[in-house]
Order: sequence, then structure tokens, then C-alpha cells
Amino acid sequence: MRNTIISLLAVLFGLLAGALLMTVTGHNPFEGYRYLFEGGLKNVERFGNTLATATPLIFTGLSVAFAFRTGLFNIGAAGQMLFGGFCATAVGLTLDLSKPLMLICTILAGFIGGALWAFIPGWLKAKFNVHEVVSTIMMNWIAYWTIYYTVPAYFKGQYLETESRLLPEAASLRVPFLTEAFGGSYINLGLFLAVIAVIVVAFIINKTTLGYELKAVGFNRHAAEYAGIGVNRGIIVSMLIAGGLAGLGGVAEFTGNASNIQIGKLPTQGFDGIAVALLGSNAPLGVLLAAIFFGLLYSGRGFMNAMTDIPPEIADSIIAIIIYFAATSILIERLVRKLLRKRANKREQNVEKGRER
Amino acid sequence: MWKLIVDIFPYAVIFTIPLLITALGALFSERSGVVNIGLEGLMIVGAFTGALVIFQLQHLWTKHPIVLWIGLLAAALLGAIFSLLHAFASINLSANQIISGTAINMIAGAITVFLARNITGSGNIRIVSGFQPFDVPILSGIPIIGDLFFKKTYATTWLILVVLLVCVFVLYKTRFGLRLRACGENPQAAEAAGINVYKMRYMGVIISGAFAGLGGAIMMVTFAGEFTGSVAGLGFLALASLIFGQWRPLGVLGATLFFGFASTVANVSQVNPALQVIPPIFLKVFPYVVTLIALVLFSKSSQAPKAAGEPFDSAKR
Repeated sequence: MRNTIISLLAVLFGLLAGALLMTVTGHNPFEGYRYLFEGGLKNVERFGNTLATATPLIFTGLSVAFAFRTGLFNIGAAGQMLFGGFCATAVGLTLDLSKPLMLICTILAGFIGGALWAFIPGWLKAKFNVHEVVSTIMMNWIAYWTIYYTVPAYFKGQYLETESRLLPEAASLRVPFLTEAFGGSYINLGLFLAVIAVIVVAFIINKTTLGYELKAVGFNRHAAEYAGIGVNRGIIVSMLIAGGLAGLGGVAEFTGNASNIQIGKLPTQGFDGIAVALLGSNAPLGVLLAAIFFGLLYSGRGFMNAMTDIPPEIADSIIAIIIYFAATSILIERLVRKLLRKRANKREQNVEKGRER
Repeated sequence: MWKLIVDIFPYAVIFTIPLLITALGALFSERSGVVNIGLEGLMIVGAFTGALVIFQLQHLWTKHPIVLWIGLLAAALLGAIFSLLHAFASINLSANQIISGTAINMIAGAITVFLARNITGSGNIRIVSGFQPFDVPILSGIPIIGDLFFKKTYATTWLILVVLLVCVFVLYKTRFGLRLRACGENPQAAEAAGINVYKMRYMGVIISGAFAGLGGAIMMVTFAGEFTGSVAGLGFLALASLIFGQWRPLGVLGATLFFGFASTVANVSQVNPALQVIPPIFLKVFPYVVTLIALVLFSKSSQAPKAAGEPFDSAKR
């Protein structure tokens, strides 16, 4: 409850700050927000795109949140997502299978690729106590350059050096019934995969011994060790699952929302995953809702930019400011407490006044 | 081989300098006990401010070098102001310093491009001209040393080397430096000795913000030439240099030179026959892999400030 209120207030402050930014730069914030939300919700196609945009964010958000429960800060979701997505793309471009079989293979490849990329920082942390923040950042750049050279060398696109060939229909997460139901949107099976992931992660965290042990390591590493929980094993397992989730995000992005992989950029969803996890207070359901909200901002900004001359980066600014407020939640708590106290004082004064009369 | 080194050296130095100044700033922040992962964002703020100021002033005063210096100064100032967000969150509000730093990175990346689009219509700001490299008179005539250190140098390079010396002096020879380091090692003891831990940590973060801002702007006036909303991971590399350099100024110098060299070798490998035999992917990945190995090697004997990353709680002794 407390977390929900903080998240909602952080969103409110973020939107207010966005309005302030628009006003300062000479735009009408009411108009801006109207088009922003219309752009994400106006019709079924736009709504479908909002959900599709949210899909990779659900995965990376779950990834960061899951690692965080074990006290690990997975800042490498971008690299894990990229490498997982790359593995899935490679499988999709190499194998020739029927669609159901193909999807199982690409999804597995993505999960394993992401898990492998997170295993290294997890192993370094468990074995040598290397801080995962620095090692995951290094892994991000290693993934970046690996894909940068591997894609043009082995999977070069027909026209552009900077992207891979288009995936065959069998390897795409897009299916006709969804595309048609949402009026031509690029929504795809990734969304269902993401919802399943939310349920599975919630189950692992809340209902299994493994989840309990991982949380125990996160709360107090030394106490967990004293209680006989394998701390090092927990760190590695937690990173493996987190990386696998981020890898699935890559599958959803590169074989669902897009139909090939591009070189020369780290997927921004990896870093937005931190934001999603933080706003969703590291709970699976919270992550789902936060991702959909961010998906709305991201998919609506194009429409806003077309209808007004407000730059699309307003959406990123709002998200970033929301995260700052979520990170400084103590500020919000103090504010709320102060307001409550003021009200209590007033009531007391009124009561006293009443008595005096 | 020698010719290769002589060819590469000036470029390696150009790449090293922004990294060095940013990592030096982070050194102050971490020594005072605040981890600053927002370096990337602070560099972006510096690059943006520098580009904007220089872009506007170059219309008035074409080609006058003072414009560039004003741009650098403004970048350092804005970097310092922007870092207050991180300082306030991590010092006064006991926020998780890594999350706060990440927020700084995100805010900087988004808002600068937002403003650039509002002001210039495009997300990029290109400056008309940056600093020009020059050969130092007389000294560049010295054999070997002259070729390496005094040819094709930038004014900013000499400035930052002076700053490095000043940093060494301030950290190890002044009262301020001693107090700052005490806050990062044992803030409770420092407070008991009458040091205002909050003030020292603010100083550390502000210096870090100013230096990172300067670093972003130097990158822009030397090799980049324009603001694009990103500094391509240089901020994170500066953070890695700090750890690689074991939180000591000269260590940081060595680490940033290493990264400068490694990156330059990777960049020129395409045009240099001697390097073409190595697949470029290995050259590009090399610095990051070496950092991972270095982290493993140093993990037993880490010189990290003991209280870095921990919010200060005066009641916890």
C-alpha cells in the first residue's frame, strides 16, 4: 500500500514536471498530454502498439526486479537483451522449421543467451566478489561489439550493412489473428509470454523455497549464510533467471516488435527496465502496470510529435523524472507525513478551540 | 612499431583527456563516500552546455578561442549544478546511490536532447570550430619525447594535466583532502573529529559534477565536434578507470591512458596494415575484457573507500 502511494505520487510529480518543461519551452501542456494519451489509446491499433511497446519493458523490468530481490543490481539488462535477441535471431535465420517448433527454439535460444550473459557477472560476484554494477556494464559493451561485428559478417541484410536479414514468417512472434484483432498493430505473442513470465516470477518469489532463499540473501547475506542458505549459489541462480528474462525481452523486441536486429545501439529498454522495476516496487504485478504505463508514453509520443511541435524526448524526460522521485521516495514520505501532521494539529487545535468555547 | 606508436599517441591522448578529468572528478566523489554512477549523464550535460554556449557565441564572435573557453567554463558550472540532484538524493535523502545515479543518466540524456530540439530544431548541435592541435615550440624538437608528447597537442590537454597535479596536491597535502578522504573511510569517526560529513560529501559530488561536465565539453571541442545526446559510454568507462586505478590519481591516469590507447588502436586498426591481422572485434572488446580481469585480480586487495555507497547515518557507530 505504502509503495503504491509512493509510485502514484512519483508518477504525478513526473507528469507535473513534464507539464512544467512543456510550458517553459513555450508549448501548451494540456494539448501535449491530450495528444500523448490519444496517441497511445485512441483506437485498437494504437492500444495494440502500446501493449507491444510495453512487452520488452515487462521482461527487462522483471529481470531487474528479480535480481534486486536477491540484493543484486542488474544494470546489464540491455546487454542481456541484446545478446538474447541476437541468439534468437541467429536461430530464426539458420533453422528451417515449422512455426510452433521454430518459436520454441527462438524463445529458448533467447532465454539461454540472456542467461549466459548474466551468468558471467553472477559468477564473478559469487566467486571473486566483483561488483555486479561494473561487470554488467562491461558485459553490455562486449555484447554491443560482438553483435556489431557478427551481424554484418554472418547475417547481413539485403540492403543495409547495419541490420540483419529479415526473419522468416515462421520465426516471427507476430500472428495474423492478433494483428487483425488489433487493426494492423504490431502486437504479438510476446505479450502472452510476458504475462506468463509475470505469473511465473510471482510464483517463484512468493511461493517457492528458491524464492524464499533468494529473498533471504537479499535481505541479509550474512544471516542467510548462517541459516545454511547457499549464498553464492543463490547469486548465480538469481542472475541466470534475471538474464534469461532480459533475453526474452530481446526475443520480444527483435522477433516480435521488429523483424530483424540492428547493430550499433544498446536497446534502451534495458535501462528503462530499471525504471520499470523501481516504479513497480520490484513486485511482478507492479512491473506489469509500470511497463504498460511507460509503453503508453513511448507509443503516444510519436503522435504527439506529429500533432504538435513538442519533441518526442518529453516522454523520456517524464520517465527519468519519475525515477528520480521514486528513488528519493523518502522526500515524498516526509511530505505526506508533514501534511498528515499538519492536519492532525489543526484538528487538535479545533478541538481545543471547541473546548474553550 | 615505433612509427605506429608515434602515429597513435596523439589520438590516444585526445581520447584519454576527457576520460581522465571525469574519472578524477569521480575520485573526489567516491573518496568522500558517494558512488557516482551518473558520470555519463553529467558528461552529456557538459557536452550539451558547451555545445550550446559555443554555438550561440560563435555567431557573434567567429573563430575567437575565448568562445571555446567560455563554453568549457559553462559546462563545468552546469555539470556542478546538475550533480546537486545526485548529492541531494544520496546525502540528504539516503537514496540508493546507484538508482539515483541511474536517474541522473536518464534525466540528462532525455532533457538535453529535448532542449536541443526546442532550441535548434534538431537533436544535434554542431559547433563551427573546436580547438586546433598545435606543436609546442622548442620542446617538440626534442627527439622521441618531442614526437610523443609535444606534437599535435591541445590546450585542454595541458590544462587537465595541471588539474591532475593540483588534485594530487589537494587530496594528499591539504586539510580539505584529508577530511574528504576521512568521510569516505569512516564518516562516523570524521564527524566525531568535528568534520561536517554532509558538507564534505557535497563538495565531493559537486567537484565530480564540474569535472564530468568539463570532460563532456572537452570531448566535444576536441574530437567529437558536435553534441548528439550521448557520450558513447565514456562515463561508464571513466567509472571503470577509477576502479582500475584503485581510487588513486596516478592510478587513474594510468588506467585512462590504457583505455585511451586500447580504444585508439581499435579505431585505427582498419587503416593500419600492421593491425589488420587482428579481427577488429577482439580489439574493440579488449578494454572491457581487461577491466573484468582487472576487477578479478583486484578483488582481494581492493582499495575502495570503505564507506562509499553507504548513506551517512550519524547515529550508527
